[in-house]
Amino acid sequence: MITLIVLAGVFAMPLLWMVSASLKPENEVLASPPTFIPSVFQWENYTAAADGLLPFFLNSVKLAVLNVTGLLFFASLAGYGFARLNFVGKNIAFALLLATAMIPSMVYLIPQYMLFREIGWIDTHFPLWVPNVLTPVFGTFLLRQSFRGVPRELEEAAKLDGASIFGTFWRIMLPQVKPALAAVGALTFMASWNDLFGPLIFLNSTRLQTMPIALVLFQGEFFTQTNLMMAAATLTIIPPLILFFLAQRYFVQGITMSGLKG
Amino acid sequence: MANTQVSASAADVSPTRSRKEKPRRQNLAGWMFVGPVIFGVLAFQIVPVIASLGVSMTNWTGLNEPDFLGLGNFVALFTTDTRFYSTLLNTAIFTVAMVVLSIAIGLALAVLCNQRIRGVGVFRTLYYSPAITNVVAIGFVWFWLYEPNNGLINSVLRGVGITGPAWLSDPSTALIAVIIVALWQGVGYPMVILLAGLQSIDKSLLEAATVDGASNWRRFWRVTFPLLTPSIFFLTIMQFISSFQVFGIIYVMTSGGPNNATSVLIFEIYQVAFAQGRLGYASAMGWVLFLIVGLVTVFQWKMEKRWVHYDN
Repeated sequence: MITLIVLAGVFAMPLLWMVSASLKPENEVLASPPTFIPSVFQWENYTAAADGLLPFFLNSVKLAVLNVTGLLFFASLAGYGFARLNFVGKNIAFALLLATAMIPSMVYLIPQYMLFREIGWIDTHFPLWVPNVLTPVFGTFLLRQSFRGVPRELEEAAKLDGASIFGTFWRIMLPQVKPALAAVGALTFMASWNDLFGPLIFLNSTRLQTMPIALVLFQGEFFTQTNLMMAAATLTIIPPLILFFLAQRYFVQGITMSGLKG
Repeated sequence: MANTQVSASAADVSPTRSRKEKPRRQNLAGWMFVGPVIFGVLAFQIVPVIASLGVSMTNWTGLNEPDFLGLGNFVALFTTDTRFYSTLLNTAIFTVAMVVLSIAIGLALAVLCNQRIRGVGVFRTLYYSPAITNVVAIGFVWFWLYEPNNGLINSVLRGVGITGPAWLSDPSTALIAVIIVALWQGVGYPMVILLAGLQSIDKSLLEAATVDGASNWRRFWRVTFPLLTPSIFFLTIMQFISSFQVFGIIYVMTSGGPNNATSVLIFEIYQVAFAQGRLGYASAMGWVLFLIVGLVTVFQWKMEKRWVHYDN
């Protein structure tokens, strides 16, 4: 128990230190010896940082919504197809999906970049969500597993009632796999929110940038004002932390399922 | 991985429809469901991978008329490019340290969090929270914790009479400093996986060992650990693949410096491709990365039965 508390202290220190610095007056941040509790709580740091971050926050929210809804839609379609439908070429299609899971993204990133330049997608938001939602390899695996666990009687009953295949999928089957949808959705949100590489190479205009890049830009502008930078950094990590606390069960489930043999 | 065998026994078809019509409708329906994802994988991954192999044999910059060089780029990487060697070495050091230490620390944390104590969930959340924090924010905080004069780490060290190193600006400590940050961020994932592994262990096996008079220590290494080896095996593969492709923490904290002490493969490819515009050369580096990751992963699978324990 004591080990747990001491380790927790060590683990939490960097983030606590960030919050502490974000509330300090500028001259106190690198004071020697360092102080933990700010002499005055300078909440203005947050209003100043939030003002600068708002447009980037909106870009991040937009991309997270597109990534999560789009990926869940296509991954559950494919997951259901692989779990329950029979069609020509199914084994080959599934093997193709398995094979791509192994390829490091760096290998296809350069041709992807050239493709997007060719079709005029550079410096737009499209490269940051369209390829993601159409290549949901992990999400497809996970949802396929969940659909396989749903009793067949449900589908057969719907079929007897005259429901179409899509209707059966959408109204009967999809509600059965909500926990898996939540798990995939939560992990997709994190990946989208924290993505650094995509915005770095596909975007040029400042107005299109997302939160992680906004921090990098912020650093260039306010390099000496560490307290403001820490306030900005704290603001970027709050949405994922809130989501994590609310949906912890699904996160753990998603992470754990990624580790199980499918 | 997943079982690719498809049961052909799903003959749940209504007897009213004609025999010829059925398969065609089934095929169409199936492809409507999986088609978008298969299209995406082909368009955004498979075709680009093949194109990348072609590009890696040219001096293409994206603007010029490319010349075909054959394996010239690959030969240059391994003969004249000394920077590439140090990059590979740094990447290897970073990867080995991450794989070994993140799993070892993750295992220790998982064992600690597996106790029956009230509020243990809070600790689990705490250990996992760095993993969901974006790498730029992490870079900021640690950059400043490592500050040589007034940073927290060296202030604490000074308090106990040690003069701390310059951390990120000293080539001999920069890589270690980066590994510490990556570990702090990275142990949450192995911890969660191993905790799930610990919780799935059949309690009666542990009780039987206790009845036989095994000490806690012995019981852990003789019963618990072998039962965890499938999870550990999975983690060695996942941690290897992700550590070998580290980018964010290097980009934010050191940009590969000082004096190339922390240059790693993905960061170099990023520089060569997008800062210098040498797309052909960068693609060759990408393929070297691909081959290393593929070969090591295959090797790990080959070694699996030497040490991984399966119940049946």
